[in-house]
Order: sequence, then structure tokens, then C-alpha cells
Amino acid sequence: MNNSTQQSQVPLVLQAKGLIKRYGHVTALDGVDLELRQGEILAVIGDNGAGKSSLIKALSGAIVPDEGEILLDGKPVHFKSPIDARKQGIETVYQDLAVAPSMTIAENLFLGREILKPGILGTLFRALDKKKMLEDAIAHMQDLKIGIRSMKQPVETLSGGQRQGVAVARSAAFARHVVIMDEPTAALGVKEGNMVLELIRRVRDKGLPVILISHNMPHVFEIADRIHIQRLGRRAAVVNPKNIGMSDAVAVMTGAMKPEELGSEAHA
Amino acid sequence: MKKIFHQIATIPAAGAFLALAIACLFFSMQSDRFLSGQNFSLILQQVMVVGVMAIGQTLIILTAGIDLSCGMVMALSSIIMTKFFDAYGLNPYLSILCGLAVAMLFGWFNGMLVTRIKLPPFIVTLGTMNIAFAITQVYSGAQTVTNVPAALTFFGNTFHIGGTTLSYGTLLLVALYVFVWWFLRDTAPGRHVYAVGNSPEAARLTGIPTDRVLLWVYTIAGLFYGIAALLSVARTGVGDPQAGQTDNLDSITAVVLGGTSLFGGRGVVLGTLIGAVIVGVFRNGLTLMGVASVYQILVTGILVILAVATDQMSRKRG
Repeated sequence: MNNSTQQSQVPLVLQAKGLIKRYGHVTALDGVDLELRQGEILAVIGDNGAGKSSLIKALSGAIVPDEGEILLDGKPVHFKSPIDARKQGIETVYQDLAVAPSMTIAENLFLGREILKPGILGTLFRALDKKKMLEDAIAHMQDLKIGIRSMKQPVETLSGGQRQGVAVARSAAFARHVVIMDEPTAALGVKEGNMVLELIRRVRDKGLPVILISHNMPHVFEIADRIHIQRLGRRAAVVNPKNIGMSDAVAVMTGAMKPEELGSEAHA
Repeated sequence: MKKIFHQIATIPAAGAFLALAIACLFFSMQSDRFLSGQNFSLILQQVMVVGVMAIGQTLIILTAGIDLSCGMVMALSSIIMTKFFDAYGLNPYLSILCGLAVAMLFGWFNGMLVTRIKLPPFIVTLGTMNIAFAITQVYSGAQTVTNVPAALTFFGNTFHIGGTTLSYGTLLLVALYVFVWWFLRDTAPGRHVYAVGNSPEAARLTGIPTDRVLLWVYTIAGLFYGIAALLSVARTGVGDPQAGQTDNLDSITAVVLGGTSLFGGRGVVLGTLIGAVIVGVFRNGLTLMGVASVYQILVTGILVILAVATDQMSRKRG
């Protein structure tokens, strides 16, 4: 098992161990494990009902698992809400473009985390330091090479891909440990989807590990470093996209092929 | 031409300003008394009460809510202010504070029902509108309170600039608008009001305590109804249990005419001031033309439907 020796060398940023989540008689998570390494894009794929979204919700704090533990940098963490997860440096980008359409790009970037003016205006009225917010917004967008003419334009004037760019920039700006992306390209056209993929790469290259949930196999195979295949509430396998075909990955995902039937080079 | 029109349409409250200009032009052709400083100060006096109420209404509509109780809460508050002095001999300033507190309590109650029990604001405030009305009638015995101390009528006092008479209430009206405009535009809680109106879910996911924002908005709106009550007492010199009956619709009309969307998240409070002045100009202009007050109500009804229809259509297009 030279895989396990390799694994132990790369530090794990986020780790889930034996997560269980039941909804009445339905078991959404049946003891799932997940490991996210430093500096990687880990894709999570799975059929509908495989527990993909429950897993992601548990990691981003949207649901509390019944059993199991989550470790961040090796330390156990307990999230009661997405806000808890955010405080620990885990940011999530949602599929449905969670932005405020009539507000400006700069405002959206800092929504809920505004920079306040120093002095009495800031402490008493919580007045905004708009100048600083604008400068920082420009810096964050340039950091990810997102070209937008004015930070003062309302988000609703942007295309879907640009809006998602704002959401990605927001998460990259504030995440200290992990960025989770839940179907970030699902609502987008081909060109815009590719643009967002490029952004995800840049986020990783900045040093932030990314968990990417996607239905889009070509996207997953294009940018993932490793692929976590979720099936029946558990982790069926973790595979290396360079050494496995798309059809085999889908076969494992749907249960048409057992993970053991894959060649040893396919596992990651 | 179309492009210019479109650009004008994107400036908030530009439509309201245009409508105001057209209305003024029309009425000045109908009556030569319309365009005088004296008449404008009269309009501002008349607009004062609805104008301050409409600030609270704007805050609520920005969160995609609506408040039908504002007029009745204002009437109750004005009865509390006057009757606490008249019946119990309470210090007039304490009476004012009690009136403001009751108005805020009603606002808080609306907010609790909207955030905790998740009832639609329309139904909640329809209910509290009737509750406030009933309490007002029972407590006042449907009698007007005429024994009003000077402290309660201070904002009705006037001063002169040039040949124009202005009241302190008008100054307060403008000051409140300027403050709320700044607050909504330049502070974090102000922007959170817009964020909640835009998309409550997106706001929640970014960590904004959306229920707290809503509760705060409804409570502060109550405070504005209380201030409107004080101005109403100052203007009329009495505590009137029948006050505020047309103010629910007038305040909503002012907000919508001012370009704030009933769908929430869009609008500028200064537009509401223009909207309130439009309502005042119509009432005043039609009076000068000798149009009976029933028809003025008819015109307000048409105005509000026109304004909402414009909002609806611009949403569909955009």
C-alpha cells in the first residue's frame, strides 16, 4: 500500500470521519469519510441521493451530522451553522448565485463583513469605509484576474459567469482554509463555465484547497486533482482523473462497477 | 432618444421628479394661486405627517414587506401623547415618550409576528391595523383630546424665510429624510436592509442576521409613526382618534411613486419624500381647482395603481 504512505506525507486540511446523517428512515450519510489535502482540487461526484449534498452541507455547517467527526488542520470542529464554518475559514460558493442583485460588486464582496470607518461614525452608526472597500474589492478581483470595469455597478448588470466570479472572489478573499464550491458552473453556459473553472484553478494556485461538487464530468476531469466518488451515503473510492476514464468513474458512481475492479493506478 | 429615456429611467427617483414637475406645471396652469411660496409651505405642512410615516413605510417596503397599520398606529400614538397629559397630568415630555414607545411596541409586535411566526407582513399589519384602531376608539371614547400642552405643538410653530412661512415640523421632516438617506446608503445596517429585501437567503448565507434586521426595521418604522403622531398633534392642535385613516394608502403611494419597488431591495428614501410631495400637490391642486375631496381620493387610488404598474413593468423588462 504505497498509497497510504504517500497520503501521510501531504498534510490534510479537512478531514471527515464516519459522518452519519439520518432524516427519519432515510439515511443520507452512512459513515462517510473525506480527506482534503493541502493545495488540491478535490471533486466530489455522485448520483442523485448518494449523499453528496448532505456531505457538503455537513462540511459547510448547513447541517449538523448525527455522528462522526470533522477535523480542520487536525483539530476537531463542530459547526452549528454556515456562519460557524465561515468563522473557521471555510467559505462556500453556492450554485444558485447567492448574491444581492441590486447591490454593487464591491458591496456584494463585503456583504455581512463590511469594513467600517474608524472613530465614532464606525462604532456608533457602523458607517462604511466605502473607499477602503472599493480599493480592496479591486485588489481581490485583480488577484483572480477577473476583469470588470467598475466595482460600483450593480451585480444584476453582470452576466451569470461574472456574477459567479463575484461569488468566487468573495469566498477566496475571506477563506483561510477551504473553499467549497457547490455546482458553481451548473447555471452557466459553456464559455462562462470555462471561465469559472479557470477561476477555481487560480483559487487553488493561491494555496487554498478547493472541494468542488459537480455533475459535469468533463469539468470534473478537466480540473480535479483527485475525485471522491460518493455512493449510497459512503465514499466508494477516491480516484486519480489522470489514470481513469470518465466512463469507469461513472460506472463506479452508479454501481455498475465495483471499486475493486478498477486498476490500482486508478486509485488516489 | 430611447437611450436617453432609458438612462433617465435608471436614475432612482427620476421618474418621481418628472411626475412632480408635470403635476406642478398642470396645476399652475389651472390656478394662479398654486405657484406661490405660501401655497408651497401649506403643501409641506400637509405633507409633513404622511411624509414622516412614509419613511417607516419605505424601510419596510425595502425589505419586501408592507405596513397597513401605520395610520392607525399613528392615531393611537397621538391619543396616548395627548391623553396621558390630559387625563393623568403626566409631564408632557413623558407623554410624548409614552406615545413613541407605544408606536414602537406596535412595530416590534409586527416584526415579531413576521420573523418568529413567519406570517406575511400584509396579514400581520392588516390585523394590527384593526387592533390599533379599536384600542384608539375604546381608549379615547372616540372623543377628540383638545387639552394639548405647548410641548406637543412645538413642531407646528412657524418661522419666516423671505416671504415663506415654514414650520419646525417641516425642518424635522427634511432632517429625518436626510439622516435616513445617509444611513441607508453609508452604513452596514442600512445596506443590510437592502440585502434582506434583495434576497433573504443570500443575505442569510453571507452571515447577515436577517430576522434581527427585520425586527429592527419594523420597530424603527414604529418610531417614525410615533414621530408622525407628534407632528399630527402639532399641526392640528388636538389628539384626533379619527386621524390617519387615509394615511396607510397615502404612505404606500408616496413610497411607490418615489420609485421604491414593492418587491424589495430597490429604492431611495429621498424618492419617497418626492412621492409624498406629489400626493400633497395633487390634494392641494385639486382643492384649489375646487374638486371635491371624494374625487381626490379617487385620484390617489389611480396614482397608486399607476405607480405600482410602472414598477411591475420595469421589473419584467429588467
